[in-house]
Amino acid sequence: MKISLKWLDEYIDLKLAPQELAERLTMAGIEVKAVNIMGGWENMVVGEVLAVNPHPNADRLKLATVSLSGQQLTVVCGAPNIAVGQKVPFAHVGAQLIDGHTGEVVRLESAKIRGILSEGMVCSEKELGISESHEGIMVLPSEAPIGMPLSEYLGDTIFDLEVTPNRPDCLCVIGIAREVAALTGQEVRLPKSDYEEEEQSIDALVSVNIASPDLCPRYCASLITGVTISSSPVWLQRRLKSYGMRPINNVVDITNYVMLEHGQPLHAFDYHKLKGQKIIVRRAEKGEVMTTLDEVERALDEDVLVIADEEKPVAIAGIMGGLESEVTDETTAILLESANFTRATIRRGARRFQLNSEASLRFEKGLSRELPLVALKRATRLFQELANGKVVKGVVDAYPGRPEPEGILVSAEEVKRLAGLEAGIDEIVRVLTSLGFECSQNVIASEAKQSPQISVTAPYWRSDISCAADLVEEVVRIIGYDKIPTTMLSATLPEQEPSPRLKLRERIRKIMVGLGFQEVLTYSLTSLEKLQKLSLIPLTPPLEKGDLEGFEPLKVANPMTKEQEYLRPNLRAGLLATLANNQKVESGSIRLFEIGKVFLPRGNELPQEKEMLCALLSGAKSDLSWRGEKGELDFFDAKGVAESLLRGLRIAAEFKPGSDQNLSPAESAEIITDGDRIGVLGILHPRVAQAFELSGTVCLIEIDLERLLTRSIGEKKYTPIYRFPAVSRDIALVVDEQTSYRQVESIIRSFPLVTEVTLFDLYTGEQIPQGKKSFAIRIVYQSPEHTLTDDEVNEIQQKMLDRLNQGLGASLRS
Amino acid sequence: MTLPTKAVLQQLEQIQKQASEELEKVNDSKELQLWKARYLGRKSKLTRILRSLATLPLEERRKAGVRGNEVKNILESSLAEREKILEEARIASSLEYKKLDVTLPGQPLSVGRLHPITQTLDEVCDIFKGMGFQVVEGPDVEWDYYNFEALNIPQEHPARDMFATLWVDVEVGGGKARLLRTHTSPAQIRVMEEKQPPIRVIVPGRCYRYEATDATHESMFYQVEGLAIDKNITMADLKGTLFEFCRCLFGEERKVRFRCDYFPFVEPGAEVAIECLACHGAGCRVCGYTGWVEILGAGMVHPDVLRRGDIDPEVYSGFAFGMGVERMPMLRYGIDDIRLFYGNDLRFLKQF
Ligand SMILES: [Zn+2]
Repeated sequence: MKISLKWLDEYIDLKLAPQELAERLTMAGIEVKAVNIMGGWENMVVGEVLAVNPHPNADRLKLATVSLSGQQLTVVCGAPNIAVGQKVPFAHVGAQLIDGHTGEVVRLESAKIRGILSEGMVCSEKELGISESHEGIMVLPSEAPIGMPLSEYLGDTIFDLEVTPNRPDCLCVIGIAREVAALTGQEVRLPKSDYEEEEQSIDALVSVNIASPDLCPRYCASLITGVTISSSPVWLQRRLKSYGMRPINNVVDITNYVMLEHGQPLHAFDYHKLKGQKIIVRRAEKGEVMTTLDEVERALDEDVLVIADEEKPVAIAGIMGGLESEVTDETTAILLESANFTRATIRRGARRFQLNSEASLRFEKGLSRELPLVALKRATRLFQELANGKVVKGVVDAYPGRPEPEGILVSAEEVKRLAGLEAGIDEIVRVLTSLGFECSQNVIASEAKQSPQISVTAPYWRSDISCAADLVEEVVRIIGYDKIPTTMLSATLPEQEPSPRLKLRERIRKIMVGLGFQEVLTYSLTSLEKLQKLSLIPLTPPLEKGDLEGFEPLKVANPMTKEQEYLRPNLRAGLLATLANNQKVESGSIRLFEIGKVFLPRGNELPQEKEMLCALLSGAKSDLSWRGEKGELDFFDAKGVAESLLRGLRIAAEFKPGSDQNLSPAESAEIITDGDRIGVLGILHPRVAQAFELSGTVCLIEIDLERLLTRSIGEKKYTPIYRFPAVSRDIALVVDEQTSYRQVESIIRSFPLVTEVTLFDLYTGEQIPQGKKSFAIRIVYQSPEHTLTDDEVNEIQQKMLDRLNQGLGASLRS
Repeated sequence: MTLPTKAVLQQLEQIQKQASEELEKVNDSKELQLWKARYLGRKSKLTRILRSLATLPLEERRKAGVRGNEVKNILESSLAEREKILEEARIASSLEYKKLDVTLPGQPLSVGRLHPITQTLDEVCDIFKGMGFQVVEGPDVEWDYYNFEALNIPQEHPARDMFATLWVDVEVGGGKARLLRTHTSPAQIRVMEEKQPPIRVIVPGRCYRYEATDATHESMFYQVEGLAIDKNITMADLKGTLFEFCRCLFGEERKVRFRCDYFPFVEPGAEVAIECLACHGAGCRVCGYTGWVEILGAGMVHPDVLRRGDIDPEVYSGFAFGMGVERMPMLRYGIDDIRLFYGNDLRFLKQF
């Protein structure tokens, strides 16, 4: 919200420099986001237009004679709105102006325009940097003193404030004045709101009935007759403009002015257009329609609160007036509405009709129920003052359930307990009083509490105060948050519970990074399009929505974009898309991983949030090097990563042929631990690679962290290191092509004293029979008790070879 | 057959002579091993002769034996000498070897890094762990109840405007709608439901907003929530804890501001801002020309929120805070576009 310090200055003497004031307000909870200084106009003064004559050489230009103090100058002027008698901003030669066309700052030179010397310039708002308006010159209020430097007369500082939702009372000039008053120990000067009344009483002319008091707690109205509709005085227009509002006519401008001043939205009806002299605040009936001020016909129903006359709705309460009862140039009598509507009513309505106005914005925050009458009186006075209105005697005030203000107990001890700030009871009373709170110190110390309590009643404009903590904040923010001491937590340290999940995640991250993988974090929300790419069912025609591998991922009801519509049921889609993006710019080897949640729907419950690891390898085995290429990636690169990871986690796993439909059927495996499938790995299926526009071989590893968590991983156990030397033997075994290495290895490992088994060559080709392959295996033997002799090893190995031969038909390669 | 002693002695002479001559020509350790096998090995002539001496008469055996062992000793010491010479020569020649171009690149090994957000989260969590906070987590998909209602933000509350929400279920009453949590604060209630004071936890996690993305706004971001509840916890403790955090993360010199602010679930509420790292408080585009950058919201847990967590606000008090994570690396490294984080361009990620 923008606020003019000049305007603010009418209610309170501003003794602090603008920057300091801004800082104090910010510290106390009302953030000043920007301080804009209007002014600094050198060589510019207030002038009066004495004469306007045609330019002899140009139809569209005029010669204006402007009076300054003791001086008359003639300028050439092209503005259509210049007229005799106007007070105008006048720039002498040498003044700095903003060029109305280019927007650049220029120095005003004396110049001949079409043969006539122009001795200065009458300026537009744009040329002064006040607004973008450049259609005509700026006209100053008639009371502007001739010859006064413009900066002195027109200069202002505008604060751009961020008012938090709990403080609708601060969405107005008086509200800010009250804050300043409390912060500087001053008093607010309230504007006049008295007026003269006619003989006739309002009760005979208007009746108000609140049919829905749950939505409209209070409705006040006054009636003003004999009104002259015209434009409002220039000073008032300027006030509205300083806030960024467009002046319309005196009636609308006064209601807006009072809203900016007091924070209460008001609405003016043309009294003669209201049927039956009645105002009924009710829910609309289904089927009712009304055309609003913006000339849009609105269909209404029971969810909409309307202001109706005897026959039909005349306004959508708190949101927008009806076109039919609008104040026009012919209007002579005005029914002025100042009401309170509940915040939910207005919020719902504003959203439904997509009408957000200054009025709805205030109502939505929940305004004080005591405010309508105060604002009504102020506005009524202005109608009398500025629109020649005659005010009918009295006001209508329908206020069915006026609540009794309740006292809240607070003590110095409570301030200390919550804020950690020592404040005496006197100081607390002083601060609260300065904010308009009423404090009664009569309450005696209760038994439970040590220090005396005071009973505090909030002022009518503070609808946000409901408990002692609220009062503590008031006290502390005025004394100053910078006065709160800084201490460290000293109480008992809570018991620390182990968190295996965090530990596991951290260890996996460390290992993956150590293996040369870059961590990425992709969006939890993904698109149907990406998920469909993972489906091997032909991609065209597109799948029906949600038909993804038989289950529908959880969908966001109001997605921002199609790209982020579904909660990811896997990490693959996002990671593959990330890889594709990076392949476009990175030619070498790419290794990525992500640890994150996937979301599996569970009916109407919250989804299961399962933590997964997904890793991808693509490109060369290693980066380009002068030491030579190492060739393309293959399955065993991925398996090596999986093995290293699992070894790092001290998890024993075996690998079985896999059937994951996103992976190549020939080159994929399942990772099994204790019979439980904890993950998969393999070469990405070429169709999936194609769908994601990936190039080259891509390996994928995916591990389910939830399943890992159920194992007792990381259990460390000490076994002594053997002191006696190891003996290593190499053998070359010829076996059938179908025999898996796993079968061979498990037989070898079943023998005593075998400590290590390493495959170091795999051969198929001319030197061995067809349908066979040869494993070259290094076996390490070691005894914990003695140095092994050749004979001992020979004996074991012979038995081993016999077993391999019997079991697998393996023979030693000759 | 046994050789006469004379013949044995002759042979020994010959072996010694031949061995010595050959040893002179040995130039590397491989040859030396062969020489050793040839003249001193188990199957060498000398060994055979020495073994065969047993068949000689005692007197001759002694004579030939003495000579035989002499020869063996001579050959062994010659071997040792030659070994030494060769070793010296090897070291000398290795020092003479043509120098490597050490500026040639080494064998390239893949380097992995953690995402800058993970790095920041680790750093933040470590600071609080040092102050006795424990890390816990909550779900990303939440009930309206935890995200809003229990935090004093009922339906149609104006503060709902502060949280543009992505809904799973269209907004329905009674806290029964599912949504993507807009902040990590729902964890406050969840923690209170599970633990009894003293409580001291931090909750890192992903949050989501219905928001068009631009250089400073993301639809997904990380927050770290903090909650401490016990007897006698005050706002001074909150201030001290957060100032200490800022000191650890941003350095001793960085000015910190603690001001009044509003969040429906705390009272009194506060905001912590640090002096802008880009302009050092002078005002610039990064800080919106204010010189300050807001980094977190905080406050004393609202008594109504404590009650919902079944904690008596008359007995206990506590503070809570919540901070956006992306902003920290953005400030520290001068990153000008928040979208870079989840765009995952390796050219960006590899800088951290
Ligand atoms: Zn800055």
